[in-house]
Amino acid sequence: MAESTTFETAGQRIFSLFQKNSALLNEGAPDFLRNDRELAMSHFQRMGIPDRQVENYKYTDLTRLFAQENFNRSFRPASFDFDMQEVFTCDVPEFDTHLLFHVNGWYFEQNKTDQFPAGTIIKSMKRALKEDTALVEKYYGQIADASMDPMVALNSAFAQDGIFICIPDHAVIDKPIQIINLLHSEEDLYVTQRNMVVVGKNAHVKLMFCDHTLAVHSFIANYLTEVILQEDSIADIYGIQNQHNGTAYLNGLFVRQERNSQLITNTITLHGGITRNHLHVDLHGEHANASLYGLSLTDKDQHSDIFTSVIHAQPSCHSNQIFKNILDDSSTGSFTGRIHVMPGAKKTGAYQRNNSVLMTKAAKMNTKPQLVIDNDDVKCSHGATIGQVNEEALFYLQTRGINENEARLMLMFAFAHEVLTNIRVEQLRHSIDRLVNKRLRGEISRCHDCILECIR
Amino acid sequence: MDNQNTLLNEVAGRDYRFGFVTEIETDFIPKGLNEEVVRIISAKKEEPDFMLEFRLKAYRKWLTMKMPDWAQLKIPEIDYQEIIYYAAPRQQPKYESLDEVDPELLSTFAKLGIPLEEQKMLAGVAVDAVMDSVSVKTTFKENLAELGIIFCSFSEAVKHHPDLVQKYLGMVVPPNDNFFAALNCAVFSDGSFVYIPKGVRCPMELSTYFRINAKNTGQFERTLIIADNDSYVSYLEGCTAPMRDENQLHAAVVEIIALDRAEVKYSTVQNWYPGNKEGIGGIYNFVTKRGLCKGASSKICWNQVETGSAITWKYPSCILAGDNSVAEFNSVALTNNYQQADTGTKMIHLGKNTKSTIVSKGISAGHSSNSYRGLVRVAAKAENARNYSQCDSLLLGDHCGAHTFPYIEVGNQNSVVEHEATTSKIGEDQIFYCNQRGISTQDAIGMIVNGYAREVINKLPMEFAVEAQKLLQISLEGSVG
Repeated sequence: MAESTTFETAGQRIFSLFQKNSALLNEGAPDFLRNDRELAMSHFQRMGIPDRQVENYKYTDLTRLFAQENFNRSFRPASFDFDMQEVFTCDVPEFDTHLLFHVNGWYFEQNKTDQFPAGTIIKSMKRALKEDTALVEKYYGQIADASMDPMVALNSAFAQDGIFICIPDHAVIDKPIQIINLLHSEEDLYVTQRNMVVVGKNAHVKLMFCDHTLAVHSFIANYLTEVILQEDSIADIYGIQNQHNGTAYLNGLFVRQERNSQLITNTITLHGGITRNHLHVDLHGEHANASLYGLSLTDKDQHSDIFTSVIHAQPSCHSNQIFKNILDDSSTGSFTGRIHVMPGAKKTGAYQRNNSVLMTKAAKMNTKPQLVIDNDDVKCSHGATIGQVNEEALFYLQTRGINENEARLMLMFAFAHEVLTNIRVEQLRHSIDRLVNKRLRGEISRCHDCILECIR
Repeated sequence: MDNQNTLLNEVAGRDYRFGFVTEIETDFIPKGLNEEVVRIISAKKEEPDFMLEFRLKAYRKWLTMKMPDWAQLKIPEIDYQEIIYYAAPRQQPKYESLDEVDPELLSTFAKLGIPLEEQKMLAGVAVDAVMDSVSVKTTFKENLAELGIIFCSFSEAVKHHPDLVQKYLGMVVPPNDNFFAALNCAVFSDGSFVYIPKGVRCPMELSTYFRINAKNTGQFERTLIIADNDSYVSYLEGCTAPMRDENQLHAAVVEIIALDRAEVKYSTVQNWYPGNKEGIGGIYNFVTKRGLCKGASSKICWNQVETGSAITWKYPSCILAGDNSVAEFNSVALTNNYQQADTGTKMIHLGKNTKSTIVSKGISAGHSSNSYRGLVRVAAKAENARNYSQCDSLLLGDHCGAHTFPYIEVGNQNSVVEHEATTSKIGEDQIFYCNQRGISTQDAIGMIVNGYAREVINKLPMEFAVEAQKLLQISLEGSVG
C-alpha cells in the first residue's frame, strides 16, 4: 500500500504543477496543442507513474525516481550568451557535421542553420508551432500515442521546445546533422524535450543525437522524438548517450515509415544512471525496411532499459533488431522487444535478437522478447541469450600469449562490435569503436570531454 | 492457395470424437458457491478437520482475488454462481472388483479407449479414472501396494494417509497462489494421489483419465505426486468431455514433489471438448501444474500434447530448488477453429548447477490464437544454472495468431540462458518437394506437422505417443492424411 500512496502524491504533485503553470506552458501555443496537453494530462492521471505492476515497466520501476521532490522545472529557457560551438567541441576527430545544440531541452537560438538545401526547415519546436502550425499539427502526437504510455503522456503534457526538422522531397543532406543535448544547471532539474523530424519523399538524412551532462546535479530528462519517413526516404538515426550516474534519461523515438522507406537506428548507451530507450517503429507502407541496433554498457548500479515495438501493418516489410548489453558491477539491464504482425501484413520478415553478457555475480539482466503474429505468411524469429565470455575462446587467446585480462577485453569488444559495424558514418563508427573500447577498459568513469571534475 | 483453403475448411469441419454423454445417475449439490458449499463438499468427502480448514482458508482468499487478465485470451465473463461444484456418479465409491462397476460407466471408458480390464491384463498400465470429479476405479492397486506404492484417489488418501497429505498438500501450489488454484483448493472434489517410497522404481505407467460428464458442472481435481528418495515414476493423464453448447470450467491443480535423486515424468494428452467450429461451447481449461525438485539431483519432466479445450490457460512449471536438479518441459499445443491457448512454463532456478530445457511447439489453424508464455528465472544463488528454450510456431491459414512471450531473468554471472523462437507457415517449398515425389498436398502437410511435433511426441510414453499422433491427425483431419 505504501507504493500506491507515493504514486498518488507524486502523481498529484505533477498534476498541480501542470495546472499552476498551464498559462506559461501554453504561452503562444496553437489551440490544438492546448487540447493535446489537457488530453495527455488526463491520460497520465489515468495511468499514473508506472511501477512494476505495469507490464511495460516491469523491470524499470519509476516510482522511486518520481517520489524525489528535489527536481525543479524551468518553464522558460535559461539564457546562455556564449558561443556553444566554441565551448563544446565534439571529440570525434575531423568529424564534419551540422552542429545544433539544445540546453536543458531548449533549442539554442544561436544555432547556425544557413548551410542546408533550399526548402529545409530547421528551427525550434516553439517557433515551428507558431510558424508552421499546419505541418506540425499534421503529425504532432500522431505517432507517439499519449494514451498508451505514461511517459509519452507526461512529455506531451509538459513539452515546450525541442527541434523541428523538415527535409524537403528529393533533398540529400550531405553531412550528418548532429544534435547535441546538454544538461547544465545549478540545481536538480527536470527536463522535457520534444522533437519532430519530417523526411520528405526520396530524401536522405543522417541524424545524430548526442546526450551529455555538464553539471554535477541530478537530472530527469524526458525526451521524445517523432519521425516521419515519407515514401522512398532514407534516415539513419544514431543516439550516443553519455551521461553521469545522477541522470535518469527517459527517451522515446517514435517512427512512422511510408512505402519503400528505410530506417537504421543505432542506440549506444555508454553511461547514465537510469536509461530507458523506448523505440517504436510503425511500418506503415509496403516494402518499408527498419533496422534497429543498440548497445548498452553499464556498471556501478546503473540501469539500462530498452523497450522496442515494431508494428508490421503493411505487407512485404522487413525489420531486424539486434540489441546487446554488457553488464558490470551491480548494474541491471532489461530488454523488451515486441514484434507485432497485423492481419494482412503478408510476406513479412521480422527478426530480433538480444544478447547479454554478465560480468559479475551482482549484475542482473531481464529480457522479454515477444512475437505477436496474426498472419501466416511470415518469417519471424527472436532469440535471446544471457551468458558470459566463451571460456574456450578465452583459453585459445591465452594459448597465443595474450593475457587473460586482455583476451577478455578483446572478446567483449568483438561482442560489442557486431552492433557498431552497422553505423554508416565512417568517422563516427571509428570513434564509437574507440569510445566503447575505452569504456570497456573502465577509462570513461566520467563523461568524455567534460571539464568538470564530476564525482559521479 | 485455394487447395489449401479447402483443406483447412475440412479441418474446421471435423467432429469431436468423444462428445457422447453417459446416462448415469449423478449426485449433485445445488449450483453456486459459498462457504456452505465448501463445507458440504468437505462433509460429503468425510474429511478430517485440517482439510476443511485448508478449503475454507482458500475460499476466503479466493473471495479477495480477481480473475487474471494478463493472458492473450478473450475469456467471456464466468458466473461462478452458475456452476455446480460437486457431481458424482451415484453408486460410488465402494467397488472391489470390476464387476461391481456400473456397466454404463465401463462402456464410457471403453469408448474412450481406456479398456480398464484390457489394460489391466495387457498394457500393464494402472488407471485411475476420474469422472465428474470423483475417482471411479483405480486398477492394479494391489500389485502396486506390494511395492509400497500408494496410488489411489485423493479422498482415499485423505482417509488412509492423512499424514502424507497434510505434509505435502499445498507445498508447491499454496491456496493463495492464483485465482484458479485458490478456487480449486476450496472446492476440489477428488483426484489422484501417488506416493513412491524410497528407492522404488514404479514398474508400470500410472495413468488417470479425467472426464466431465454431467451438465453445468465444473471439474476441480487435484493430483499430488510424491517421489521419495531415489524413486522413479511415469504418470499419464488424459481428458475428454461431452459436447455441450455452454462452456464448462475445469480448474485443476497438480503438485509434484521430487525428493533426493527422484525422477518424475508427467505426460498429458489433453483433449477436452474444444467447442464447435463456430466457437460455441467447449471447456475452459484453467490449470495450475507445478513441480518442486526439492531434493538434490532430482528430475521432473513435463510432457504435454494439448489439442482440446475452448480456452487453455496452463503453465506446467518447475521450481529447481535442489542442487543439480533437472527439469524439462516439452509441449505441442494445437489450436483450431476458435480455440485459444495461452500456455507455457516457468523454470525457477534456485539451486546450484540446475538445468532446464524447454521445447514448445505451437500449431495454429482456423481462427485460433496460440500463445507461448514462459518464464526462466535464475536466482542470484543458482550458480552455473543452464537453460535452453526453443519455441516454434507453425501457422496454417491467415486468420490465426501465434504469439510468444518469454520472460528471462538472470541474476548471476555464471549462468547461461538461451532462448530461440521462430514463427512461420508450412514451407511451400517443402510441400512442393513432397508433391514432386508424388505425395499429395494433404499427406505432405500431415508429414510436415508430424515431423514438426515429433521431437516432443517422442518424449511421450509409448501408449500416449500413439494416441497423441492420432489426436494430431484427427485435429487436423482433412489436411493430415
